[in-house]
Amino acid sequence: MLKDITLGQYFPGNTFVHRLDPRTKLLMVIVYIIALFLCEWFVTYGIMLTFLAVTVAISRIRLKALFKGLKPLIFIIIFTALINLFYSDGEVLVKFWIFTITKEGIFNAFFLVLRIMLLVTGTFMLTYTTSPIALTDGIESLLSPLKKVRFPVHELAMMMSIALRFIPTLIEETDKVISAQKARGADFETGNIFRRAKALIPILIPLFVSAFRRADELATAMECRCYHGGKGRTKMKQLHYRLADLFAFLIGAAILASVIILRHYGL
Amino acid sequence: MSAIIEVKNLSHTYSIGTPFEHKAVVNMNFTVEKGEFLGIIGHTGSGKSTLMQHLNGLLKPTEGEILLGGENIHKDKQTTRAARFRVGLVFQYPEHQIFEETVYKDIAFGPKNMGLSADEIHQRVLRAAAFVGLKEEDLELSPFNLSGGQMRRVAIAGVIAMEPEVIIFDEPTAGLDPAGCKSLLSNIKDYQKATGATVLMVSHSMDDVALLADRLLVLNEGSVEMLATPSQVFVHAERLQQIGLTVPQVTALFLRLKQLGISVDPATYTLDSAVAQLLSLKGGKRHA
Amino acid sequence: MTDAIIANDLHFSYTQYDESKKPIFQGLNLSIAEGSFVAVLGHNGCGKSTLAKHMNAILLPEGGKVYVFGYNTSEDEKLLDIRRNVGMVFQNPDNQMVANVVEEDVAFAPENLGIAPQEIRKRVDEALKTVGMYDYRSHAPHLLSGGQKQRVAIAGVLAMQPKCIVLDEPTAMLDPHGREEVISTIEQLNREKGITVILITHHMSEATRADRVIVMDKGHILLDGTPKEVFVHTELLKKAGLDVPVTTEIISQLNRTGAKLPSDALSIEECAQALCAWLKV
Repeated sequence: MLKDITLGQYFPGNTFVHRLDPRTKLLMVIVYIIALFLCEWFVTYGIMLTFLAVTVAISRIRLKALFKGLKPLIFIIIFTALINLFYSDGEVLVKFWIFTITKEGIFNAFFLVLRIMLLVTGTFMLTYTTSPIALTDGIESLLSPLKKVRFPVHELAMMMSIALRFIPTLIEETDKVISAQKARGADFETGNIFRRAKALIPILIPLFVSAFRRADELATAMECRCYHGGKGRTKMKQLHYRLADLFAFLIGAAILASVIILRHYGL
Repeated sequence: MSAIIEVKNLSHTYSIGTPFEHKAVVNMNFTVEKGEFLGIIGHTGSGKSTLMQHLNGLLKPTEGEILLGGENIHKDKQTTRAARFRVGLVFQYPEHQIFEETVYKDIAFGPKNMGLSADEIHQRVLRAAAFVGLKEEDLELSPFNLSGGQMRRVAIAGVIAMEPEVIIFDEPTAGLDPAGCKSLLSNIKDYQKATGATVLMVSHSMDDVALLADRLLVLNEGSVEMLATPSQVFVHAERLQQIGLTVPQVTALFLRLKQLGISVDPATYTLDSAVAQLLSLKGGKRHA
Repeated sequence: MTDAIIANDLHFSYTQYDESKKPIFQGLNLSIAEGSFVAVLGHNGCGKSTLAKHMNAILLPEGGKVYVFGYNTSEDEKLLDIRRNVGMVFQNPDNQMVANVVEEDVAFAPENLGIAPQEIRKRVDEALKTVGMYDYRSHAPHLLSGGQKQRVAIAGVLAMQPKCIVLDEPTAMLDPHGREEVISTIEQLNREKGITVILITHHMSEATRADRVIVMDKGHILLDGTPKEVFVHTELLKKAGLDVPVTTEIISQLNRTGAKLPSDALSIEECAQALCAWLKV
């Protein structure tokens, strides 16, 4: 059932990584991604892999959870690996029918797969160790300079937090509507793709109607609680950088610097 | 009387093997007689909703079986699908499942899925609309322009139009005002009388079910606590209160009178019988 | 005593889907004393929810005036003062929660009011303790029961430190247990904190716990008085599509046969004692 889906992908904990300011973690992920794209050879990739492994170990996230996140991407990973394997120019190793495998191809495929896996698991580490609400606060705070150019930062953050709040409610509701229509003999399992698409109408319309009703009631409730946009609003929980955040930034800078330097030497 | 539904050793566990594993129904056994009005009572989390969704095959038992007319409803795919039409299920707040442009089309959705002829569907829609007190001119309106109470009637008609042998209502009066409750409940009772259908009604209002039901099924923590006629059930008023249920107002009053030493029947639950008892007590005294 | 809310010759109508106007109030007059616990009873569509929405300027009168603690609701610049003093709790607990953590949701109103973070923390903890939900402060709302969700909604309003709370059918979607949770919570707010409570409901059993009951029918006030004064009118209440307490119903039926029982024996205990005395004579 839909209810069984675990949401938010947040694994609560109280480790060093969990306690970092969400802004620090967001910035670290950006640094991590940039560094990853600058990697070229075993040494630089090795640095990134070590960094990720240490972070995972400290935050006590289970490897099973990380690999679970990779599962939906298996097809894309294999596909890009094959394309690179067969369509890279260079020193030919094997040749059969229309396929040629080159030495460069093998390296390209290997590094690309490594890069995708490091990229995905690295960003998952952010959502695994940061609660959705902290993440929203972090994004709002990091984007706040954009308020000067009239970018609706507060509205964006508000939308994100309302969405987070209503996802479980709407999933529950979807479950209920599906059951109710099944009880009236609706059939979602047989027929061709058009028939199946049409069978979704009895589910989608009630969901839309209810989402609009909820939105309307929520808007009134928010007004009743004195909501009038982001102007003059305060926050109960303030974000504070601490010593640990400085430490994390230093590590991030060190990694980025060493990757840039090592890359220069073709490592 | 013969049995229409037999629930045998039914257990249901949600999310087996995950941290959310949860036993909703534990080894339930009971029989529903053909043509009876069975009230189902239990507080939130007593397994009512889970039980209901087993009776028409929406959920599959983790253990045990459900027999409908003597046949296991999970025998094969056809039997399971047939069970959906033989046992109609009206969910809580059924108006939230309405989706068609007109009242007529929405009521016709179930019969259409049954593959009936256009003529038969038409007859059924009209009959179902009449049972819930909808007027013929309402049928061409958009259901979304109706009041909440009217929308609920449309949704109920949608299930009635499938003309199931057994119909299950989950909290049909939730959120309605007293007048709306009363008229909907009398519609349901009239429907049962007219068609002879077996009716199961889940409610947490003791006052409502006590007056309508032939028998009451009291659930507690996923198991059957009692199954008997209302007056037999209300004898155990104290036990009901222990498991988080209320007794009808009349019963509460008569329990208190009994405690005060008046020789009344504490399992009384109808107003008429209450007044009659009080008058005969007073009358008896006058003659003495 | 001063008045918390005054409606003066209130006129209001709704525009229906076919553009026609449906009048709700045609000259309603009402005043509610500060510190009182008032129940507003009536069938669906009698105008009680519309009245509630006039009490904190969600709806504005088409004619006449509504005053809230002296502020005229039609004056725009007083809007926040009005809304912070009159908190609202609605029927569907799911549709009035903004955040996915209980304490963040309770903090929503004070955050909107621009209150300092430490003060918000204090108000949130206090509000959650008052409704008995402090232990659930870091829970996700969708995992709470209906009664608990409504208590969180009440805490969310309390964090504004309002003088008055209006509850629009707060128990309609709850089971009997949840209903009792909510009603005893608001009873306590009224008795212990002196907050004016306006409870809109169609359950007469809840109305019996108020100081004053106002019965509405078709946008008019049909009955107004203490529960004992109002529930004596069994016939009138039934005509307005409302329930009558079983106690007064039994007594009125017995009185029709010539008994002389006190018609205002409202609670089970009072009624039992009265019947006992009558039977022993």
